[in-house]
Amino acid sequence: MSEGIGASVRRKEDKRFITGKGKYTDDIRQENQAYAAFVRSPHAHAVVKSIDASEAEAMEGVVAVLNGHQLTEDGIGNIIAGWAITSKDGSGMNMGAWSALCTEKVRYVGDTIAIVIADTQEIARNAADAVMVDFDILPAEVNPEATLADGAPQIHDNAPNNQIYDWELGDEAATDAGLASAAHVTEMEIINNRLSPNPMEPRAAIAIFDEAEDHYTLYTTSQNPHVARLLLSAFYQVAPEHKLRVVAPDVGGGFGSKIYVYPEEIACLWASMKTNRSVKWTSTRSEAFLTDAHGRDHVTRAKMGFDANGKIVGFKVDTIANIGAYMSLFSSVTPTYLYATLLSGQYDMPAIHGNVRAVYTNTAPVDAYRGAGRPEATYLVERMMDTAALEMGVDPAELRRKNFIQSFPYQTQVIMNYDSGDFPGCMDKAQAAADVAGFAARKAESASRGKLRGIGYSSFIEACGIAPSAAVGSLGCGVGLWESAEVRVNPVGTIEILTGSHSHGQSHETTFAQLVNDRFGIPIDNVQIVHGDTDKVQFGMGTYGSRSGPVGMNAIVKALDKVEAKVKKIAAHVLEASEDDIVIEAGEVKIAGTDKKMAWHEVGLAAYTAHNLPEGMEPGLKEGAFFDPINFSFPSATLICEVEVDPDTGVTDILQFTTADDFGVIINPMVVEGQVHGGIAQGIGQAMLENVVYDDSGQLLTGSYMDYAMPRADDLPSFTIEHNNVPSPSNPLGLKGCGEAGAIGAPPAVINAICNAIGNNNLSMPATPSKVWAALQEVSTQQAAE
Amino acid sequence: MSELKYHKASNASEAASMISGTEDGKFLAGGQTLLPTMKAKLAAPSDLVDVSGASDMIGISISGNTVSIGAMTTHADVAGNPELNAVCPSICALAGNIGDPAVRHRGTIGGSVANNDPAADYPAALLALGATITTNNRDISADDFFVGMFETALEDGEIITKVSFDAPEKGAYAKFPNPASRYAMVGVFAAKSSGGARVAVTGAGSDGVFRQSDMEAALDGSWSPDSVSDVSVSADNLLSDIHGDAAYRANLVKVMAARAVANA
Repeated sequence: MSEGIGASVRRKEDKRFITGKGKYTDDIRQENQAYAAFVRSPHAHAVVKSIDASEAEAMEGVVAVLNGHQLTEDGIGNIIAGWAITSKDGSGMNMGAWSALCTEKVRYVGDTIAIVIADTQEIARNAADAVMVDFDILPAEVNPEATLADGAPQIHDNAPNNQIYDWELGDEAATDAGLASAAHVTEMEIINNRLSPNPMEPRAAIAIFDEAEDHYTLYTTSQNPHVARLLLSAFYQVAPEHKLRVVAPDVGGGFGSKIYVYPEEIACLWASMKTNRSVKWTSTRSEAFLTDAHGRDHVTRAKMGFDANGKIVGFKVDTIANIGAYMSLFSSVTPTYLYATLLSGQYDMPAIHGNVRAVYTNTAPVDAYRGAGRPEATYLVERMMDTAALEMGVDPAELRRKNFIQSFPYQTQVIMNYDSGDFPGCMDKAQAAADVAGFAARKAESASRGKLRGIGYSSFIEACGIAPSAAVGSLGCGVGLWESAEVRVNPVGTIEILTGSHSHGQSHETTFAQLVNDRFGIPIDNVQIVHGDTDKVQFGMGTYGSRSGPVGMNAIVKALDKVEAKVKKIAAHVLEASEDDIVIEAGEVKIAGTDKKMAWHEVGLAAYTAHNLPEGMEPGLKEGAFFDPINFSFPSATLICEVEVDPDTGVTDILQFTTADDFGVIINPMVVEGQVHGGIAQGIGQAMLENVVYDDSGQLLTGSYMDYAMPRADDLPSFTIEHNNVPSPSNPLGLKGCGEAGAIGAPPAVINAICNAIGNNNLSMPATPSKVWAALQEVSTQQAAE
Repeated sequence: MSELKYHKASNASEAASMISGTEDGKFLAGGQTLLPTMKAKLAAPSDLVDVSGASDMIGISISGNTVSIGAMTTHADVAGNPELNAVCPSICALAGNIGDPAVRHRGTIGGSVANNDPAADYPAALLALGATITTNNRDISADDFFVGMFETALEDGEIITKVSFDAPEKGAYAKFPNPASRYAMVGVFAAKSSGGARVAVTGAGSDGVFRQSDMEAALDGSWSPDSVSDVSVSADNLLSDIHGDAAYRANLVKVMAARAVANA
């Protein structure tokens, strides 16, 4: 069986994961290991008047209790957002200081005040409870609209009215003119609900200080260990970059929440030096709910105008993005350049204006979560499309078709230049697979059983493969977003691929090896993928934004190109042929059209013995490459959800869920479908189940699975996945990325379907049974009135 | 920080004597509520007297129509008992739908009843079945036993040894699970016996499990789903939370009651 591009090879990494042999951060044990626990704020907003650690310090087994003043004295820097957003008046961001351990004030429940180091985890936690903090409690604000009002509690001194920036994209005058000319304007207020990321493995860190070498090692749950090292050294000044090794071993899911360096990792690394002990911390699930960066949380008012033929003439969007108490690493870019740049969706829109105000509240920091900005844009655009179709009395699929972009490249009004796609083709395939033609009969059959059946669409596009470095640099990004790779051919012909991408569920050990098999015909078992260790891999930007395929894999391809060229040179020299006549097939290096050949391993051996190399050639067979994309990649899809609602209880059953995706070239269809399944599950979770709720005083009401509803297997249908792939012209492999697609596309399809079923368009996420039932009561009240 | 002392009782009377000398001892049954509560530092007993292995508190006996279930019988054992299923399938079905398999293999009927969680399933069954809760000291009728949210008629140091009831002519439990916890958001047990219909509601009441007497009267008139659907259910004294308000719960009480009657 082929193991190359397009083969559904089983995952190499599954043996260790399924047999419980994965090695996660918490599995690592060090001699001289101590445990950390954190003293956290029980209040959403309070002045820290004093910290009394005397009782905790006196407890047997306590090594140290360290606070923010000591951290500041040691010159540890504040946590930053890595992307500068400029307000429309030209001013910079009002970024408040975020110290890993608070000194003056706490700003959300869970905020870190002190770190306790002790001989056991139990002692550390008990001692943390024994640290007495005297607070002066301040009024708190959790609502993103109310926090902007005069008189709202001031959360950071340098952010008046708690506003971080007031940013815009697009042409407001042209958009207003378009709306003024419209035959119909659809107007909506849309709330995108706040989510908790919930990776299966909670965050963890083990910091090791080597006093003799002044060297630090940090094992941690990171999606991007090199970025973590850069932040910890250059920005947070915990350790110099050349004296700091960051290792992200097996990581059990991230969904964005493990991109960032959090206070706990900084504090553990610093504390390992202060105490000269290895310091280990593993988050409890309760801490994860409180402190892992949340996702989404937008309030948006929007208007979309249509001409008499149903063509969009203008789209105006005003969004408030809740950033939480502090600006996390990608918090500034997620609701701006990852959001408003996708407001054109799959549609030809002549005028768009997006305005975004980012605000502080007394809640956990909000940052990128699977999809990051693009789900918010998609939910908005696709709810607007279904609502407009309803208001204008046209078929929602036809309204979409009428507005689909048909030719590429297509320059949107909001920066993005779509390089490829086939939007009508995805719609055709999705409609056929979902048997839309038979929906009316199915709806009648449901009605005969007293049930309400509905159908909903979502046609989405996202920008993946983040991103061309110069382009993002011009927009305020603090780093380049290329990826690196190194291909090492050993003397026996086996291969190691070192990559800056990081796998925390994405199957890189399998799919990256498939690239090598496809190129050289070497079995994937002879290919080892090395990642997640700054001592092994030179540099890398990590995995998020569906970038490991379109960026990471293309870096590997560039390195493979160089290896191939050198292999051909060596073989041509040894076989006494022209380089142009050498072909590599099925693990053999041949002169085309002859039986003269070298086995693959013979070339490797020749490279390392260096007994007979072309004149001037360096020994060895190892090549590296950096790949910087020329454009984003643009996966797209149409998703169709069909639901049945029980009017007695408001319970929604998803009966069918169909998606027809354009992912460009696919390396491993099975892996891609797994990603799509997981993404849709998270999208359905957002649409029907998940919601982070704070009470008015800033206490988290959904702090455990007793109240935070995670999707379970029996909440989900089987999925039908169709492919309508158009290779991306923007990268050598033609990849577009698939990791976030389902989470981006699914929510509006679900909500549109439920609204269609119940005959009430006034429904917000999550559409829980109680909300759907209440929406149904509105309908009956209305009908009774009429 | 004082150390927790653990005692393992082999029978009910030993358990009672073990706890009598403790400062703030608690009985440990299946531990499905108490242990998480202790982990969250919301409870810190001085002693735990583990009664899960008390031999005289385990097992199911059936005599004619009368069912007796030892307090330390697990949910899984109730769910999977064929003799019990023959006389009272509704209690087996209820037990088989509590929590998840791990909970069902540790959690016990006595533990559940003694805790009287307002969203637990068993209290509705015992109330609707007119069960008797037997302790080391006395027999208590279910009507007297469930006092309020997490409150029972149990005295300090008193331990439930068994519950018993007569299998009803008809009976069923319909549960609407909370989308997050899957505890009952509303659970209704409806039973028809020679003494009349009894309808008990869990999950919804702000004082814990309660009997819906209007529905009982309606069912005494005519045992049919429509009888309960026609009863007006007030939202007063029902719980409101982020998962559903009192009006929604009031609706669910009717819907679940009708489904229970239909399935009985």
